[in-house]
Amino acid sequence: MIAISVDTPSESEGLRKTEGYTFPILSDEKEEVIRRWDLVDPHAGPDGIDVARPAEFLIDSSGKIRWVNLTDDYRVRTRPEQVVEAFDAMHLMHPLVGDEHR
Amino acid sequence: MKRSWNPLLWSGFVLLLLGVFSYPLFFARFVLTRDFPWANLLMIALALILVAIGVVRAYGQADRYRGKISGSILAVLALVVTGLFCYGVFALSKRLPVSHGAPQVGDLVPDFTLPDSKGTPVTLSVVIDSAFPSNRSSAESGGSEQTVSTLLIFYRGYW
Repeated sequence: MIAISVDTPSESEGLRKTEGYTFPILSDEKEEVIRRWDLVDPHAGPDGIDVARPAEFLIDSSGKIRWVNLTDDYRVRTRPEQVVEAFDAMHLMHPLVGDEHR
Repeated sequence: MKRSWNPLLWSGFVLLLLGVFSYPLFFARFVLTRDFPWANLLMIALALILVAIGVVRAYGQADRYRGKISGSILAVLALVVTGLFCYGVFALSKRLPVSHGAPQVGDLVPDFTLPDSKGTPVTLSVVIDSAFPSNRSSAESGGSEQTVSTLLIFYRGYW
């Protein structure tokens, strides 16, 4: 799992320590990736700065995007169950050699 | 006869402020009370009832209760604050951009390199290729023996 926001590395590191996260948190301070992926929420941050709108992407081991969730309400975060469903759906869709129902 | 200062009116208004501000400060931290703010709406409803009783008493029993002017002002303020709360919770948080240009299912993910929280540059394609042992719960890892995947989460930051 990887998280990305416009926070600086030290802000993200602070969050990691406070919440005890072990996954990497990347900093896109200049919004390069956020803009390229059309995920900017203009002026939605404190002092009117741009932030990223919430979005999740599930990417398989070949780099293909298998599931996208662009939440339409930033208060309602994606539940773990939704991600598990997406994983399961991916497993069934993945072209396994021989057995598709394992 | 000394008139009562109309405690229900004032405690109702205090409860309203508590009901509104406890959402971002407390209740929004828990999924159960964040997605639909029932706890706060309960407090606000109760507060509005108390304020209404206070106003009715101020006008209907003016010989026993103070608060015609303060009650009217507080009642209007209470309605405005309640309206703002409902707008903020039910409308404002949905005003997100449409993001039509975002990568879609079936696309190859665009590669990038960004610094992690310690300043080390991380390249997405490297992470994906190296079958990164991501921080998944045991429920998730049950279905993914064949496909080790990466979950990429963009969040607003500044929480």
